[in-house]
Amino acid sequence: MRIFDPHIHMSSRTTDDYERMRASGVTALVEPSFWLGQPRTSAASFVDHFDALLGWEPYRAAQYGIAHHCALALNPKEANDPRCTPILKELPRYLEKDSVVAVGEIGYDSITPAEDEALAAQLELAARHGLPALVHTPHRDKLAGLERTLAVLAESELPPERVVLDHLNETTVDRAADSGCWLAFSVYPDTKMDEARTVAVLRRLGLDRMLVNSAADWGKSDPLKTRKVGDAMLAAGFGEDDVDRVLWRNPVEFYGLSGRLDLGERERPELFEGNSIARGAPAGR
Amino acid sequence: MLTDPDLTPEGRAWLDGVAGAEGWETAFTAAGRHVGRDHADAARVELLRVARPDAETLTRLYQRGDAAERRAVLLALPELPLGPEALPLVEDALRANDARLIAAALGPYAARHLDQHLWRHAVLKCVFIGVPIHEVAGLADRADIELARMARDFAAERAAAGRPVPDDVRHILSLVPDFPPVQEA
Repeated sequence: MRIFDPHIHMSSRTTDDYERMRASGVTALVEPSFWLGQPRTSAASFVDHFDALLGWEPYRAAQYGIAHHCALALNPKEANDPRCTPILKELPRYLEKDSVVAVGEIGYDSITPAEDEALAAQLELAARHGLPALVHTPHRDKLAGLERTLAVLAESELPPERVVLDHLNETTVDRAADSGCWLAFSVYPDTKMDEARTVAVLRRLGLDRMLVNSAADWGKSDPLKTRKVGDAMLAAGFGEDDVDRVLWRNPVEFYGLSGRLDLGERERPELFEGNSIARGAPAGR
Repeated sequence: MLTDPDLTPEGRAWLDGVAGAEGWETAFTAAGRHVGRDHADAARVELLRVARPDAETLTRLYQRGDAAERRAVLLALPELPLGPEALPLVEDALRANDARLIAAALGPYAARHLDQHLWRHAVLKCVFIGVPIHEVAGLADRADIELARMARDFAAERAAAGRPVPDDVRHILSLVPDFPPVQEA
C-alpha cells in the first residue's frame, strides 16, 4: 500500500514516527504550517517554523525515504494577533520555494474580521504564486464557518478545483461537495473522524476529489491513521486500486497542481545509521 | 569553481537570461524548477558569481533561504570577493544538524577564514555525524596537535562504548605524525 499523507504536522512528531510511517507504507507527505500549541509572540517565530519545514523536516523525512513537502501560511488562530500578522509580508518570498506545494492551512478559527482579512489575502497569494490552498474548517461552529469560507472563496481568484476543504465530517461534507472543492477528512483517535465513519462517507459519496489525512500533531493523534483507513477500506470491500486512488493518486493530483511535487528519487543522505538523527552506530556492531 | 556542463540547452538559456538581470534573487530561489534540482547548486552558484552580492545580500539570501539555497550560498563563498564578513553564515551552518549544510560550510572559505578553535570543532562534528572529512578543505594544512587530541579522545569514547571508531579518526591522526596513536579497544 503506497500512502501520501496530505496533512500531518511532523515538526511535533519524533523520528520514531517517521520510521513507523515508512514501515506502514507512507512515502510522501505534506506538512502544513500551524501554531505551536501555545501562542507565538512574533513574526520571527514563524520564520523559524518555516525554516524547519523547508530544511530540517525534509532532511529528517529523507532519512526514512519519505518525500516531505509543505504548505505555508499564517494560521487562522494567530491571524488575530497583531504581533504575528507581519509574517504576511514575508510570505511571498517563502511561497516561491521548491518544496512549497500549497498555501495552508488557512481558514477560520473564531470567525473574526481579522480572520476574514487573512483568509482573503492568502487566497490571493495562492493564486498569484500558482499554488493550491489547504483550507481547514473551524473546530467550533463548523457549518457556519464553512458557509463563510465558501463565501470568501467565491470572491477570490482561486477556483474551487484548486482548494481543499479539510476536517470535514458528516454534517459538512455534502455542502462542501457542492462547492466543487476537494474534500479532506482528518482521522483522529477520539475527535474529528474515525476510520469507519470515513469509509462510510467514501462509500456514500465516491472517491472523486477525496483526501484522507492523519493531521497528526502535538495532541492526541496517530500518524498511522492513513494506513488504518486503507485497511478499513479493504475490509469494507473496496479494492486495492480504490485505496491507491484515495491514499496516493488523489493527493498527488491535488498537490501536483502546484507543479512542484517531486516524488522521484529524493536526494537521500548517504548515511543512515551514522547521521545526526540516528546518531551513533548500535553498540557491538 | 563549481560549473555544470550537463545543463540542458533550455536550462542554459534560462540561466543566461536571468544571471545578472534584475530579479535574479527570485531566480535564485526558483532555479531548481528551471534547470532541474540536480543542477540547482551549480546554477545558484553561477547566479551569485555573476551578481557578486555583498555580505548583506548574501546574509538575506541565506537567512530567508531553504536548505538548498543556504547550501548554494555556502558553496559560492570562496568564489566571491569577500573577506571574513560572511563568516557568521558559516558558523550558523556549523551549528545545524543537516550534514549537507555542514559539508558545504567547510569549503575553502572556511579553510581561509574560520577561527582555529571553531574549525577543529567543525571537523570533529563531521566525524561525529558522519560527514566524510575528505570534504573538508585544507584539512592537511590546518590539522594540529589539538585536533589530534580531540580525535583520539573521541576514539577512546567510542571504544569504551563498544562502538566502531570511524576511519576518519585514523586519517586525522595520520596528518599529525608527532601525536601518539589511538589505543584500540
